[in-house]
This record gives sequence, C-alpha cells and structure tokens, in this order.
Amino acid sequence: MDTNQYLDMFIEESKEHLQACNEQLLALENNPDDLGIVNEIFRAAHTLKGMSATMGYEDIADLTHKMENVLDAIRNSKISVTTEILDVVFEAADDLELMVLDIEAGGNGKKDVSVLVDTLNRIEAGEPLDLEENASIAATTEESATAVVTSSGIHYDDFELTVISQSSEQGFNAYEITVELREDCLLKVARVFMTFEILEKSGEVIKTVPTVEKLENEEFDQNFTIVLLTHEDADDLKAKIMKVSEIEEVRIKHITDEYIKKYKQIEFEQHDEQPQEKPNIADTLPAATEKAKAAPKEATQVKKTNHASSNKTIRVNIDRLDILMNLFEELVIDRGRLQSIASELHNPELNESVERMTRVSGDLQNIILNMRMVPVETVFNRFPKMVRTLARDLNKKINLEIIGAETELDRTVIDEIGDPLVHLIRNALDHGIESPEERIAKGKPEEGTVTLRAYHSGNHVFIELEDDGAGVNRERVLGKAIERGIVSEEIAPTLSDRQVAELILASGFSTAAAITDVSGRGVGLDVVKSTIESLGGHISIDSKEGKGSLFQVQLPLTLSIISVMLVELDQEIYAIPLSSIIETAIVQKSDILNAHNQPVIDFRGTIVPLVDLKEIFEMENRREEEDFQSIVIVRKGESLAGLVVDSFIGQQEIVLKSLGNYLQSVFAISGATILGNGQVALIVDCNALIK
Amino acid sequence: MAKAVEVSDMKVIVFQLMNKEYAIGLDVVESIEKSLSITRVPRMPSYVKGVLNLRGVVTPVVDLRERFDMEPKEFDESSCIIIVSHADSEVGLIVDDANDVMDVPTSVIGPQPEVVGSVESEFISGVAKVDKRLLVMLNLEKVLQPIKKVNADEL
Repeated sequence: MDTNQYLDMFIEESKEHLQACNEQLLALENNPDDLGIVNEIFRAAHTLKGMSATMGYEDIADLTHKMENVLDAIRNSKISVTTEILDVVFEAADDLELMVLDIEAGGNGKKDVSVLVDTLNRIEAGEPLDLEENASIAATTEESATAVVTSSGIHYDDFELTVISQSSEQGFNAYEITVELREDCLLKVARVFMTFEILEKSGEVIKTVPTVEKLENEEFDQNFTIVLLTHEDADDLKAKIMKVSEIEEVRIKHITDEYIKKYKQIEFEQHDEQPQEKPNIADTLPAATEKAKAAPKEATQVKKTNHASSNKTIRVNIDRLDILMNLFEELVIDRGRLQSIASELHNPELNESVERMTRVSGDLQNIILNMRMVPVETVFNRFPKMVRTLARDLNKKINLEIIGAETELDRTVIDEIGDPLVHLIRNALDHGIESPEERIAKGKPEEGTVTLRAYHSGNHVFIELEDDGAGVNRERVLGKAIERGIVSEEIAPTLSDRQVAELILASGFSTAAAITDVSGRGVGLDVVKSTIESLGGHISIDSKEGKGSLFQVQLPLTLSIISVMLVELDQEIYAIPLSSIIETAIVQKSDILNAHNQPVIDFRGTIVPLVDLKEIFEMENRREEEDFQSIVIVRKGESLAGLVVDSFIGQQEIVLKSLGNYLQSVFAISGATILGNGQVALIVDCNALIK
Repeated sequence: MAKAVEVSDMKVIVFQLMNKEYAIGLDVVESIEKSLSITRVPRMPSYVKGVLNLRGVVTPVVDLRERFDMEPKEFDESSCIIIVSHADSEVGLIVDDANDVMDVPTSVIGPQPEVVGSVESEFISGVAKVDKRLLVMLNLEKVLQPIKKVNADEL
C-alpha cells in the first residue's frame, strides 16, 4: 500500500523503460519509417507514465504524456520523423532520467519542464492535419486540475481519462472495481493491502477512491474503489479478490470508450454543481454485481499460472550477495586450513571427506560468483546516446557498433569500468575519428565507425574499442613525449610503434592541440590506465597511422577470489597471481647471464631480466650459491620478467584482502590473504616489478 | 576519586612503554591480544612490524617503542598487542604491558608540560595525573598517520 515500498522497483523499472526509450529512439533515427519502433517507444513511455502517475510523480507523468502525444502523431503518420523532433524527444528522455535520478537521490522528482512541454506541444501541432485533435487533447490536459465527476461517483481528471482511453486502444480493459468489506471486518487496512497485492499482479492500478493515504489510515467506511488496467477478465478478477477473507462483495464495472464520452458530457453539465470530494460510491455503482460468486476452481487455476511466471527471477539486494560472498570467503579460508591439516594427518577418511568438501565448495564458489555476474550491457547501453550527442557536438559522423554486450563481468568490476570506458570512447571520438571532410579527402567513408566489443577468454574478459580514425601519429606523440620528458631523445627512434602508441597512456601526456571539453581537461588517458590496473586489469593499444586504433582492456572475471602460486622466500610465503604467471622454470646458475649489471636469462629465445624478490623485499639472507634457481616468469603486457624465489609451494585459490587504510600502497604488494594455517601471506604485484 | 562523580569520567587503558605509563581511550580499543604470528611487510618504516590475521581481517601492527624512537625490545611474555580502531580500520599497537583500565576524570587531564627536546611531543594529546601516577595520553591521529606510497627507484 505504502508507495514507498515500491519506490525501489519504480526507480529500477523507470530506468529500464527509459533505457528502452533511448535505444529505440536511436534505432528510429536510423529507420525513420519503421512504425514498429515508434510503437515500442510508445509502449515504454506509456508504462512509465502509468507508473509515475501511480507513484504521484506528476511532472514525469506530464512530460511522458506529452512525449506520448508526439509519438502518437508520428505513429498515425500525422507528422514525420525529423532530427529536430528526435532531438526534442531525446531531451525529454534526458529530463525524465534526471527526474528519476532525483527521486532515487531522495528528491521529489520535480523539475520545470514547461519549455519542453511547450516544444512538444508545438511539434505535435506543427502539422495542420492533426491540429484539431491535438488541440483538443492539449486543451483538456491543461485543465487537468479540474476533476471530472462521473455518474458512478468517481472523479477522473483528463489525464486519467486519456490513460484509460489509450490503454483500451492497446487492448487493456479498464475496470472500476468496488470492494465491499464485511461489517465485522477487523483488519480493514490488511484486506485493502491484500486486494492491492492481487490486483497489482494482474495489471496496473491507476486510481483509488479514497486515495491511497486515506486507505492506509483507515479513513474509509466499508468499501473502496480501484481503477485497474488489465488484460484479464472481470470474472477472474472478481474470483481472485473474493479469495481475500472478510470481503462482502466485489463489483466490477467495465469502463468503455462510450462511458468516457458520457463522463465528459456529464462533466460539462455538472461541472459547477458537484463537490470535489465524493464519498459514497457503493450506492451509485449498480453494475456487474450479480456475478459476485465465480467458480473457485477456475480462480485457483489462474493463480497457479500467475505463480509460475512470476517465480522465475527474484531481485536480490547486492548487499546480501556481498554478505554471502564474505561468508563464503571465510569458508574458503577454512577449507584451506582443513586441506593443510588433512595433508599432515594422512588419514584416508579425512582426506576423502575434505576432498568432497573441496569439490562441493568449488561448485558453490562458481554459483556465487555467477550470481554476482552482470552483463556488460548495463555499462554499454548508455554509450549509443553519448556517442550520438558527442558526434553532433563535434560535427562528425559516427556509427557505434556494440558486439558482445551480453558478456558477463563481476558486479564490482562493472561498477568501476564505466568511467574508463567513457574516457576511451570520448578519446576515440575526439582524437580518433576525423571530420567528414577530412575523411572524404583521405578516401575513407564519410561516416566513421567505432566498434565496442566484449568477450570472454580464459579467466579474463576483454573489452576492445576499435576505431577507423586517424590512428596514433608517431611524430606528434614522440615530439610531445620528449617535450614532456617522458622519453629521452636518444631512446625515441628505437621505440616500436606499439610502444609509441602506449606513450599516450603515460601520465602527464595529452596530445590534443587544444583542450576540448569532450575528452577531458588534460586529465589524460593515464587515469584510465591506472583505474584499469587497480582492477587487476591491463590496457594495450595497437594503432596504425591513418587506419585507426584498437584499445584492448583485459579484466579479471572476479576480484575477490583469485588463483595464486605460493612461493617461499627466506621462510616467508608470498603469493603470485596466476593471471600474470607465464610459467615456472628452474635454471642452472651458469645459464644466468649478465647484461649491464642486470642478470638475465635466455627464455625460449627472449632475453628476460631477472628480479631477485629477496632483494626487492629487503631480506637479509642473501642467496646462497646454489646450482639451480627457481624462477617464476611473469608478464605485464608484452614485457616479461623472471622472479627469483627460493622454492615453489603450489597453486591455491585465495581470498583477496586489503591491507587496510593504514598501509596505503606498499611497494610491489597488491594485497594480502590468509593461508590455511591462519598466517597472512602477501600478494606480489607483478605490474610494479616490470617497467 | 569521590570528586570525580560529578565530573565526567573518561575510561582509559593504561599501558607501559620503557617503564612509563601511557593511556588511550577505551572507546577506540577493540581488543588486547597476546602473541600472534606477524607477517613482515617489506619496505616499510621499521616501526611497522607487519600484518596479522585478526579473526579474518588483515591488520597492520605498529611497534610503539620504535614509533617513538625508543630502544627496541623483543616481544616477550608481558608484551601485548592493543588493537585499536582508527579511521575505519584496525591497527595493532605493540606495547610492553597493558594491565589496567582506569577512570580518569577529564578535569585532571592537562596539556603536556613544555619540555625541550621531547621527541614524541607531537604524539601526545595531554597528561593526566591520577593519584600519584602520571599518564601520558596518546594522540592516535598523529601516531597512526597512514603510511603513504613508498617509492623504490632501484630495481
């Protein structure tokens, strides 16, 4: 009953509908003649209107209503789709989004939309053909403050009447449902609530008499009336409501178009005489009472089918999933502990049950991780509109292709990845794609193409952004890099094209001749790089001058449980993430060469520098002269390094823990974990060890 | 103490460092642990002893003796780790001994006496004289200033 409890759902669903609106509007722009798309938008806008009206957000309802009028005119071929019209509709969608966000932030969703409403009205009235009809609609909507009083005692304002007539066009039935409670009914509010619950499963409640607040405060006699839009049959509805106990009788009246017309007439005649509040409905609603007792069997059947369809998914608060995840992490730690105890005790029965537990918890881990997976779509779907707006601002023609939006990623990664991607796309649009004139001069199609691709590969998700723009200009980038002191003049000519391209990710680099407000205020792509690296990911650039660039972002599937290789260093245990390990090797001391005071090894034809972890981690026990040395080959992008360790312990799944606020960024350590024996082991950050 | 009834009291934990008595408010103390196995964290100031597993939470540990530039001492039977919560995370403080909880009337807490050359003066928020004992009140804010990025140039 209390609309507050539906607020979350309202916000969620509004966002979904707005998203659908935006997507379809973009599609409409490409196929202005496809009326099917207009219908889709219309439907989304219509649902939004109904929901917001029920929740009492009049401004949203008003704006969507106007939007709907314009769409309706388009649908009926009264006006044709033009970019100008779409711009206004887009703007309306933007405003709606702002209002929904305002509601989400605890505001009242109010916004001055009069200018937009005016523009929409003008568009709608732009064609002489539909002037008359729309004028009448516009006229009536302006009077929406004055209520219409019907013969059945229910007031409908113009807005509600329009909703009812429009939904009947779409095959919804509008019913006035009057419920009479038994005189000895004790829990009136509860019965009202139960009735509402039933009706809201069947359709949309657009109005109640008395108002929701009054019903909640029990400020009504034995009866109340609900106006419902539904596909269901009146008899079925009645049977369902009668299942609620302590209900005396249910009367259902179908509101037809003629009915509405009649109301309007009556309103004309009675407008001045009728009081605004009309309390007693029961006496004036004689229709449809005789069918009060419908067959109960039929009713249960309907109920069952309803159940099946509504039970497929449930919405779970992300906090609960986080708690579940935390608990599971504890379990993983205990599992590790059990494993180490079992391996010490050599008891076959214990081993067996520990193994079984390991398997089960492994499955459980997959399920929990999967539950937290969200399609990247949730991030991607705001890009088409962003690209459209940006392309217009920059006077460029750009086509955005999205591939693999269904690829799933952990929720925590999704939350973080949005901003870096926005940055990359802005960069591609602003600096990548050339202006149409330039493109034609270069013999390229006038319209630039930007492809956003996501796919799974191994334990990683790749997100790629490819454009067919100008690519990285080697000379300019090098010039800038030297000027900024990022590379020295001597090294510059030796860098490969890829290395040059990656210079644009270096901090303090921004090649755009003038700082535009599109791609940043000189913040540069280094922010993108550091964000992605903080997520345990990696970004690389492949660019061909004149042909375009490919930005590839590699991300881990999940952030909280990772596979590591445990290694021993002077009795201390360190963990190296498997994701950065290429392989492990044991090399003979004589195979270690010295290149300019830097020990290196020849690893399958590549010269790999060695990093002595003991030295990095300031351990006192220097390496004794051993004949063989254990080496973990790790990589960061294209570069490799060999980490010298004392010995390998083995592979293990661990739970990533932060070192806390006090120890902020320890060199070459990305976090910590708790081992099976309760000890803390530190996780080596390979990215920091490779330059 | 009779007078203290009217004045607001502050509950503190009293601990020893180099035979001097220090105090911190009981409200920030989470627990007091005897020896726990500490994992060293490389490239940290010497007073950061490392991290330990405190019921599933990785908690950094600071040796207060070394933090105050006192002579270091091995962890022994009477040594203990006071776990304090500070700035939304927990930190362990190694002290020589902690054995007393006291009520200190706020009225007896005064500014620390001006002593020239007192090294740790910035870590002290005040001094309380209770009966014949002199308690040095710690300023956790200063003591537990986060360890910022430690950059290593050599590789």
